[in-house]
Amino acid sequence: MAEFNTSIKNQGAVSIINLKGYLDAHTAPILENNFVDLIEKSCYQIVVDFKDLAYISSAGLGVFMAYIEKIRDSKGDIKLSGMSDKVYNIFDLLGFPLLYEIFKSEDEAVKKFTEIK
Amino acid sequence: MKTKKLKVKSKTENLSTIRDFISSSAADAGVAADAVENIILAVDEACTNIIKHAYKSFPDGELIIKTKSTLSRFEVSITDYGKSFEPEMIPEPDLQKYYRQRRVGGLGMYLMKTLMDDVKYVTVPGKYNEVLLSKNIKVAQSNAG
Repeated sequence: MAEFNTSIKNQGAVSIINLKGYLDAHTAPILENNFVDLIEKSCYQIVVDFKDLAYISSAGLGVFMAYIEKIRDSKGDIKLSGMSDKVYNIFDLLGFPLLYEIFKSEDEAVKKFTEIK
Repeated sequence: MKTKKLKVKSKTENLSTIRDFISSSAADAGVAADAVENIILAVDEACTNIIKHAYKSFPDGELIIKTKSTLSRFEVSITDYGKSFEPEMIPEPDLQKYYRQRRVGGLGMYLMKTLMDDVKYVTVPGKYNEVLLSKNIKVAQSNAG
């Protein structure tokens, strides 16, 4: 069975979700729950770090689409970081770089939130 | 010509078994590593669509995945016995529109078409549906001559 898990940490007002393993139609609900929990707690400044993510399918990409509008309406954002070339290529094929800011490292993505303030 | 076959139930937890099967079949057929990754994703998308739409997430449906390889081509056929669908009814995705509507359906089909060289759908109403995905195998440089 595909291994996938997430861990969440906070850096100031920014919540960082680290993804690990394989994100597909089976495991996407785990990430969905993370977003639901953060939105419930009014945490709208979110960095998703991909550095330990081995695989993503469109079911995983769909999770980002599902919550971005609500988060931006609440003056927040989802910023992405640490993608492998393979994962970036899938985001790129679907035009995601036009909709999301993508950074090399988690630190750069977190810093972007701080700069805005 | 090499052929291999995998039969699994229509549950998303089987997607990883399907990916492992495709990974080893394609590697055995001599497909280059980056093309193997593309085939794995295309097959995952096809099977996810079948589980969610043809079987409407009913877990006891059957998916039969067959691979066939020749020197120049790697083919995957996926058969199911669920509800048939008309691929031409699914529009090409417009991401800006999707963003506004928070819709994601259709991304999988777009990826399949982009990642593979050929995608075909065969439906025998009331009997079975089949998706055929194929990828041309690049001839190794030493033979390209």
